[in-house]
Parts: sequence; structure tokens; C-alpha cells
Amino acid sequence: MAGITFQGVGKTYAGNVNAVREVTLEVADGEFIVLVGPSGCGKSTLLRMVAGLEEITTGQISIDGRVVNRLDPADRDIAMVFQNYALYPHMSVRENMAYGLRNRRTPRDEIARRVDDAARMLELGPYLDRKPRALSGGQRQRVAMGRAIVRQPAAFLFDEPLSNLDAKLRVAMRGEIRRLQRRLGTTALYVTHDQLEAMTLADRLVVLNGGRVEQIGAPLELYHHPATTFVAGFIGAPAMNLLDARIEGGRVMLAGHDLGPARGPEGAVTLGIRAEDMHPAETGLPMAVDYVEELGSGRIVHGAIDGQPVALALAPGAALPAHLALHIAPEALHLFDTTSGKRLPDALPRPARTGVPA
Amino acid sequence: MTDTAALPPGPAPQAVRRPRKPHPPAAPAKRVQFDRPLTPWLFVLPQLLVVAIFFYWPSVQAVNSSFYLEDPFGFGASFVGIDNYREALSSREYRTIAAFTAGFCALVTGLALGIGLLLAVKADKVIRGASAYKTALIAVYAIAPPVTGLIGMMFFDMHIGPFKDLAALFGHDLRVGIDYDDTALALVTVAVWKQIPYNFIFFLSGLQSVPVAVREAALLDARSGWRRFRDITLPLLAPTAFFLLVINITYSLFDTFAIIDVMVKDKPANNPMTLVYKVYLDGFKGNDIGGSSAQSVILMLVVAALTIVQFRLIERRVHYG
Repeated sequence: MAGITFQGVGKTYAGNVNAVREVTLEVADGEFIVLVGPSGCGKSTLLRMVAGLEEITTGQISIDGRVVNRLDPADRDIAMVFQNYALYPHMSVRENMAYGLRNRRTPRDEIARRVDDAARMLELGPYLDRKPRALSGGQRQRVAMGRAIVRQPAAFLFDEPLSNLDAKLRVAMRGEIRRLQRRLGTTALYVTHDQLEAMTLADRLVVLNGGRVEQIGAPLELYHHPATTFVAGFIGAPAMNLLDARIEGGRVMLAGHDLGPARGPEGAVTLGIRAEDMHPAETGLPMAVDYVEELGSGRIVHGAIDGQPVALALAPGAALPAHLALHIAPEALHLFDTTSGKRLPDALPRPARTGVPA
Repeated sequence: MTDTAALPPGPAPQAVRRPRKPHPPAAPAKRVQFDRPLTPWLFVLPQLLVVAIFFYWPSVQAVNSSFYLEDPFGFGASFVGIDNYREALSSREYRTIAAFTAGFCALVTGLALGIGLLLAVKADKVIRGASAYKTALIAVYAIAPPVTGLIGMMFFDMHIGPFKDLAALFGHDLRVGIDYDDTALALVTVAVWKQIPYNFIFFLSGLQSVPVAVREAALLDARSGWRRFRDITLPLLAPTAFFLLVINITYSLFDTFAIIDVMVKDKPANNPMTLVYKVYLDGFKGNDIGGSSAQSVILMLVVAALTIVQFRLIERRVHYG
């Protein structure tokens, strides 16, 4: 068990394609880090560089204080869970789990003990002598996890391990992965493009965009204090509403309405508002309702403010009028620079609500 | 209040139970129903005709004539029972040729498969100039067997052949067509050379069908490349290898005919040959239709036995994806 350190890690493919640039990150021992971003953002490449499946072009990766740049994948003391499981089709579940240990000359009885332990933990006992093709998707996924667990590695690497499962099973497996990782206390790097999966699993999230780190932080910290418009638009469902607004005379102005004080420079500004931070009121910002998504536990109202698309989260209730007036608390406003997309300093102090829920 | 947006609608993770029931059996192959029972037979008729005319009919003919002693000029035949078989099996020459055929078959199959696999494994790793490399290796396959025989003969020629000079370097006087062992060496070499590209193509495509992720998983599990090859790649190649084994045995027994014909024909006697070539010699050169038929029936039985052994014993160990 150990931490992982990235120092200015970069990956350049032939033709000067920079898949990953200058990633610096310190992963603490036992931490669950989720690398998240849209496809092509370099998250998988970064993970594969840790595994040794991709060469590291620049920078350094160390696991447990040991630089692994030049080490063979088998010598890096990591175990990986692949998206399509990558089980050995000709080996039984037991052999699949034992193979990595056999090659490391683990004593026979020790292998048997660890495989049995993992099988018990993952409820794979009845399937140990089956071939992977005789298992369901969820069972295969657990075998892939078992193969990683028995190795007792310094770190687990997960490469979108749940994306081949159906939605219901994904939720169940997500919980299982989190419980297992807590119980074993093994450092984990987890790659996903699903922000919901990222939010629910991570101790800390690393949001990547175009090979660069956009922001690193606890899920709620990113949710409440997105550092860029990219993070604001990526984290949360529905994503944060981003609107073109102006700062005039130290006030945020949208569609002729004064929304609150602002400290940023005068002129155009990108205004971010979470869907649940807008509340219907007697008077306020006018919103034209387009359509409503009923989720049962709540509803998402889609419409437009000042001609700009907006989503609004409301509790279920009565039918909505075609036009709403919205009240927004001044401290719920997020301001971003229009050109760089970077967050501008908050106008008002925010209530402390960034702590990880117990 | 903010957490609701991050959680999915629906049951909480703990409430969802994993499905316990075993994996359902694979769906049956697609079935087509015909209204009239004769329709399917109509579809397979052309294939059945081809098999009947070019395989069953000659086979029956061969079995039939193997019990007769036929006049060389085709004027008559007299029933001799199993004399033709007895004669063939008791002949010392026939046994020598059978022994050579077995050795030849084993050597050609083993070497062609082994070298083909080695080249495929190496070519699979080539990244730059891969297609040029592969084309060069596959090109030989486009050469017709008699031409292969001719080219081979030139290589091993007593006067102009470079292999004779090569052997001379090691102090060996290579006399293909005169010396039994030297001719055998030349036959094996040319037959293997001709078959390597075929095996190469199949092994290469077999290798490329091994999922990348499985190879990568193996990379994390085993440091030694040889172990990864032995434990992961080779078992996944087994279906390909089994298919090639059947094909290569058939090749070395039957399809080497043209090569042998070109290299042995018109040469002094006592040259190595396979049973198939002997059938041809006795039947068409020696006009001994009955004896030749008996030999081909024996050959047929041997091949049938071999095939049964292959499918019963070896295929059982093959894992089909």
C-alpha cells in the first residue's frame, strides 16, 4: 500500500499529439482518486502510463516513492481492472485469479488462501471452476476485481470498469467497489467519463480536459467551487447553467435584472448558476418554460432566460405556468472570466458546505 | 439539498441485489423453416453432386478395382480378393515408402507450423514497415507447387544450385536426385518453404484476434514474454493451430505431389517418395490399376484414422473462444 506521485507527467504520440500535458498530482496512501473527463481528455492514457502500458514521454511517476518510468508493468506492484474485463477465456475463474500470483512464485497454499478469500469477499465461491464465458457480465466484472485483489498490490487501477454493465448493476457494483476499497485500504486510481460515478466514488476528483488538469478536489468542493466553466459544465446533473451576463457598476446584471454584487472587472462575464439554486418567486428573473423532465423525486424544467437555455431543478408539484419568475440568492452566483473560463473571486462569502458528508 | 442532484433516481445502491441465477445458455443458431421438405435438399444438391461425382464415385471405383487384377491394356479384369492388399503391405519397398511418408509428413508439418508460428509472432510485433514485411513473407504462397518444385530444384541443382555450394562449405557433397538422404532433405526443405506462408497468414490473423486487453492483462501478470506466450497467447491460438495441423498433414501427404514429381521425376532410381506419389507411379506409369487402387484405399483408411485421432484426442483440448 502506497501513494502515487505524478511530476509533470506528459504523453506525446507520434505526430506531436499531446494526449497528456504536465500532470502533477500527489495521491495519498489509501486514497480513492477518480480521473474524470470527456472522451479523449487523456484520462485513460494517464492511467495506462501508471500501469506501464504506455510509455511516459515526460515527467516522472513514482509508486511508493519508487520511480517506475522504466519498470516493467509486472514489476510496478499495481493491479488493473479493464473495461471489458480482459479475463483469460481459456482459464477457469480460479486460474484467472491465481495466474498473476503463480508467476510471482507465491507459495501454493498462499495462492489458494488468497483466491478463496477474494472469492468469499466477492461471492464468487460457486463459480471458481467455471470459465468466464459461463458467467454473466456482473460476475465477470467481479472476477476481474478478484484478480486485482488477490495480488494485494500497492494500488488498484480501474479503467472504466463499469461501463459495460447495465444501469442497475452499475449502481450496485459502484457501491461494492467503494466498500471493497475502504475495507482493503488500497490506493485506487479510477478512470471514468461518468461524472455521477466520479462524484460517488472519489475521495478526490481530478477533472481532465484536453490532456490538462482542470481541477483537483473533493467531489463537493468541485461541485460548489468549480475552478473553470469546463468543470462547472461537467460536474453535476444537470450541469451548471452558464449564461452570458455583465458586470455593471459592481453589480451582476442579467436581462436587465440586478442579481447581486460582484467584485470582478466591469464588462462581459460568464455567470454560473446551479439548477437547484434558482427558486420560483413572485417577482424576479423571467424564465420561459420549454419542457419538463419528470424524475419522480423531482423535476427538471428546461427553458430560457434572456434567450439562453437554462435548466431548473424543482420539487415535484403542480403544473407550471409558461413563464416563471426566479429568485436567486446572491451567494449562489458563480462568476467566470468569459475568455479564459477561469473562476472570478466570489463577490460574497459562501456558506461553508464543502465538507464530505459522513 | 445539494446532494440530490448527484444521486440517481431509483433505488439506493444497497437495495439492488445482484442476479443470482446462472448465465443462460447461448442462444441457438439462427433457424430457417422451410414450408416444403424438399426445398433444403434442393439448396444442398449442387454441393452433394460435386462430392458424389468427385469423391464418392471414384472412391467406390477405387475400392472396387482394388479387388481385381486388371489387364494393363484394359481388356479384362479378374477378381483376386485381397491379394492386391497383401502384396502391397508385404512389399519391402512399400514399407520403406510408408516409413518415409510418415517421417516426411511429421517433419514438414512440424517445421512448417513451427517456422510459420515463429515468423507470425515476430511479424506481429513489427510496427514500422509491417505491411512490406508481411507481404514479403506471404508472397511465396502465390507460387504454384510445380513452380516451387522447379525453383527448389534449381536451388539444389548439382551444377548451378547455391545450396550445393553452401553444403560444400561444410564439407558435404550434396547430390540431390542421386543420394537418397540428400533428396529427402531437398524435398522437405522445398515442401516446408512452400507451406510456411500459408501457416504464417493464419497464425498472424489468429494472433491479431487475441484481444488487446487480454494481452495487456497478461503483461501485468507475467514479466516473462515466453510465459505470456505459453500461457495466454498459445492457448488462444489453439483453434487456429489445430485447423492448421489438419491442413498441414493433408498438405504434406497429398499436395506435395507436384513438388515431388518435379524433383524426383527423370532421376535415377531409389529416390524418396510419398505414398501418394507411389500410387501415381504404380497406377499410371506401371499400369497396375488394381495394386494402385489397393494402395489408395489403404491411404484413405490411414487418413480417416488420422482425422479421427485428431478430432478425438487433440480437439478436445482446444478452447474455442
